[in-house]
Formats: sequence, structure tokens, C-alpha cells
Amino acid sequence: MANSFSEPARWRDLDKLLARCGNIVGPGFEPSPQLRQEIGEFARVLVVGAGGLGCELLKDLALSGFPNIDVIDMDTIEISNLNRQFLFRLQDVGKSKAEVAAKRVMERVSGVNITPHFCRIEEKEIDFYNDFNIIVLGLDSIEARSYINSVACSFLEYDSDDNPIPETIKPMVDGGTEGFKGHARVILPGMTPCFECNIWLFPPQIKFPLCTLAETPRTPAHCIEYAHLIKWDEAHSGKTFEPDDPQHMQWVYTEAVKRAELFGIAGVTYSLTQGVVKNIIPAIASTNAIISASCALEALKIVSGCSKTLSNYMTYNGVEGTHIKVTEFVREKDCLVCGPGTRIDLDTSTTVSQFIEILGEHPKLLLSKPSITHRGNNIYMQSPPILEEMTRSNLQQPLYYLMGKVRKDTVHVSGMAENNGKKSSSLRKLCVVFKGIAAADVATQMDTAGNF
Amino acid sequence: MINLFKIKDKKNQDAESANGRPPIKKQSAGELRLHKDISELNLPKTTTISFLNGKDDLMNFEISIRPDEGYYQGGTFMFTFLVPSSYPHEPPKVKCKTKVYHPNIDLEGNVCLNILREDWKPVLNINTIIYGLNHLFTQPNHEDPLNHDAAAVLRDNPRLFETNVRRAMAGGYVGQVHFPRCI
Repeated sequence: MANSFSEPARWRDLDKLLARCGNIVGPGFEPSPQLRQEIGEFARVLVVGAGGLGCELLKDLALSGFPNIDVIDMDTIEISNLNRQFLFRLQDVGKSKAEVAAKRVMERVSGVNITPHFCRIEEKEIDFYNDFNIIVLGLDSIEARSYINSVACSFLEYDSDDNPIPETIKPMVDGGTEGFKGHARVILPGMTPCFECNIWLFPPQIKFPLCTLAETPRTPAHCIEYAHLIKWDEAHSGKTFEPDDPQHMQWVYTEAVKRAELFGIAGVTYSLTQGVVKNIIPAIASTNAIISASCALEALKIVSGCSKTLSNYMTYNGVEGTHIKVTEFVREKDCLVCGPGTRIDLDTSTTVSQFIEILGEHPKLLLSKPSITHRGNNIYMQSPPILEEMTRSNLQQPLYYLMGKVRKDTVHVSGMAENNGKKSSSLRKLCVVFKGIAAADVATQMDTAGNF
Repeated sequence: MINLFKIKDKKNQDAESANGRPPIKKQSAGELRLHKDISELNLPKTTTISFLNGKDDLMNFEISIRPDEGYYQGGTFMFTFLVPSSYPHEPPKVKCKTKVYHPNIDLEGNVCLNILREDWKPVLNINTIIYGLNHLFTQPNHEDPLNHDAAAVLRDNPRLFETNVRRAMAGGYVGQVHFPRCI
């Protein structure tokens, strides 16, 4: 089989972008006839999600000159996916989305190599994500985006002037759709706002008061939520409701119908039950195609530099006509996830109580009564008394030891900060660096630490 | 643009130093915010807190409330908190583990407190919820009923309501329903 990645005719249009200069090219772009091959050789792309957006993304990226792609998705194919997740067929129902999607794109686009990962994103080691030059997100939840964002930002390092070190920036392109609306955004941690900087943009989910559900239901959704949130617990003591179990869903539907009949409410259907319980907004194939195309293009721009990227958040609305707008959001100055954190240099012998004193005197912090946490390990808690007691013995321990003998790492502290004479509660990110430890020593030291 | 050659060089360096990296446990922004909430807790004297999984799991905890006034004075009521990783975008899931005769708490432990659902805002915190739960015991509210019978009694006959609460807390029957002793 001829490797189509070496067929020039096929890539004529792409080569026009990569081999020519122009007025809107990215900084440092060097057009070259070899650029396409270099991308093919060195660029590794991770697509997170192989659903509605993921199918489109894999196809778009494969056809845009990215031959090395990985895709990760924990889901299996459901019959209701088939109308828009065009890589899947009826006989694929029940199989892994990532595996089938990878296979189908490889069958259709020769020369492309897609590695599927049929697992949860949290199951992969953090270093797995560091192998990719760019991560493209086709997800449907805030939690998953927030997780990938925190992983990508954890690779980011700053120099001594708090400027991001370019090689440590893990670019992300995030797509999302809801019905006829969608967004595409470019996240260059350290340079553009990360997902957490703008998380407040998401509107809160609408939740009905429990007593309305229990007492005065007025809509079909009230009846469904009553069956889901109240009736389920009454009937199944202790058993958790599984939204992906069709029997559970059927039970909720049946109970919701009874409830609706009792109150004379019309309109409870099985698909509405699924929609309300799983918070589903009907997906529109064309929205996915539009958003994915934009994401794939941004990925190509970031990797090749052949054009400036969108900066930095595009919203698309196809509800009435077509409305597209790009907004340049700004970074959160003290973002806990992508910010540099305040650098603090310590001796390896500095104890936690000495560290607490240093925080109180540090001119940028002036932090009193700090509680300290390091990667999920609560090193010292000021309150409540029960946690203070459990962590008190750490006060006399060297912080270096409690942090697992790493040369440099992120620590978070919350306490009362003084700013212009006013005290306010604050949560701060610190970059703790231990003096006198060369980077080369770390490997051997970690080996010892690992043997405990 | 990503400098592909720089990346190529860096790959080689990484391969050499990869073993030197500590195993990384991720701490989500939600966990950090919760860490702040917990470290700033200012519990009312009626309330104690316990962390069943030790000092490093703040996402799961229990509180016990022992009201010092009102209908429920002297009773002890346990609540479990399950904080989602999307906190504070999403509120914690709170359930009452003590079976209680209360207009706003049903017999399964569902709690009707507005800030736990429809009125939750990310600026609220764990302390707010704990004060809200305390408020439910000093000011039970017949207008937002989850336990319809208890609400009707509170509205129509507060004296009977008081008797029923006392009977339930002492470990007795109210109507057909038995309540375990919680005094």
C-alpha cells in the first residue's frame, strides 16, 4: 500500500499553507516544503474524547497532516450515538469508542496511525500526557476539562522572572457543543487563560428545590427528578442509581409516569427521562462538524505556526442564523492552576514551623495562620481542631522530608493575607525550591525515597 | 509555533531524567478550594466534624449537630458530606444519617435546604452550609416540606409537633413510623 503521506498531490493545499509566507503567519514561522514531513515525524496529538466531537476531530486531524494521533475515551458505543458519531456502525454497539474510531479512520486515511486508549483519563499516568505536543479536547463535562487542564498546566515551568518557559507549555485546543451552540478555544498555559482562569463563565446547572419535587410538581421534569432523587432512595435503600443502567432508567421512567398521572401532568417520556437525569442537551451533527473544524485548524496553526491562532475563545451560535464571535479572555493573575506561584527558597532543614514564620514575613505574602497542603497531603491544618491535632506533629519536621525530598515543587497555602493594611482570607500557590540540591542529584535521591 | 526541533532535543533529555520525577498526585482546583474552606471552618458550638478517611481526604466528612435550643434541643443529628471534584461549581451532596421527624428532612435523609440545590453559589462555602443545617433545627419551616405530615402538624398544631419531636428523639413512634433514639 502506498503511503499517502508521501503523495504530494494529496497535500497540495496543506503545502500551500506550510511552504509559503504570509502576513498573518505566527511568530517565528519558517515556511518550508519539508515542514509537512517534519510535523508528520515529530508532532504527536492526543484527542480526548471519541464521541460526537471526537469522531469529527480524528477525521479532521488525520486529513490535516497529523499522522500520529492517540485517542482516549472510556465510553462504549450506544445506539443513540449512531446518528452523528459517523465512525460507528450498528454492529459496533457495545464496543469501545476509542478503539472503533481509531480503526475506522485508519481504514479510510492511509498512512495515519491512531493509538486508542479505552480507559478513564484519570487512569493514565501524568507522564502519559507529557508525550504529546498538543492536546485536543472533545469533551462534554466541566470535570474532565478541568482535570486535563490541571494535568497540562502541571508541566508548565516558569523562569526566575515569572515568564513561562516555552518548552514546558503544553498547548490545548478545547471544543464544546450544546445543541446549536458551541465554542472553540486555544489554551497556551502561562500565556493565555487556562480552563480554571475562566471557569466562572459556566452558568450553574438549574436545580429544582427538593420540596417542589416532593410537594408541588408542575412540569414533567419535576416528576422525573422526584423519581430519580427521592423515590429511588426510598425504594432501593443504599443502592446507588446508575444512569447508564437501562433497567435503572426504566424504573425511574415508570415511577415518573405514575407521579405525572397523579398530578395530571402530561409529557413524561423515556427519552425526556434520560435527558433530565443525565442532563443531556440534544447534540446536533453540524455543530460538532463546525466546532471540530475550527479546533483542528487551530491545532495545525499551533504546531506549524502557519498562521496566528484565534485569541482565544470563539463562540458559535447557530440557533437563529449564524453568529460567531471571538473574545480575548485574560488570565487570572493568581490562578492556582496556571499561575507561577510565589517562589520561596528554603533550606532542606527548614521545619514546617519555620516555614510558617517565613510565610508571615514574606513581603509578597504576609500570610498569617497558614494551612499547608502539598499534592493532596495536608501538611498542616490550622482548623478544625481535629485536623490541627492530626497534623501538629509535622510542625517540627523538615518540609523537605514531608514533600518527599523533591528539589522543587508546588505547595498551596491558605490563611489570612495582609494587603494594604487589610487582612483577608486567601489561598495562594507557592513554588518551593530547596537550596543546595543540584537537579542531577534528584534522580538518585528519589530512588531512595521510593524504597521506603 | 511549537519549535519541533527544540521538542526533539528535549525528548532526549526527558528520556534521561524521567526516572527522577516524583510520582505526581494531582490536586484539583476544587480540592484546593475545599482545603481553604476546611482550614477556615468556624464551627458553631453545637457542631463537631470528623474525617473518616484521615487527614488527607477532605472530600468526605461527617458533622454532628446537637441543637442547644428549639424543638430539637438535646438531640444529636449526623450528616454526611460528599464534595464533588467540581466544587465549588457544584455544591456538596449532604444527607442526614439520623432518622428524624422534621418537615424539611425526609425519612431517607434528603434535606430541603435551598443553598444545597437551587440557591447554591460558588461564593458560599462549607461553613455556610453548616450554619444552614443548624438553622433547620432552630427554625423548621412548614412552607418547604419534604415530610408532609410533619409540616402539616407544625403548621396546624405546634404543641403536638413539639410532643411528636420529643417522642421521636426519645426513640418512639410517630404515627406508624419508628424513630431510633438520638438523645
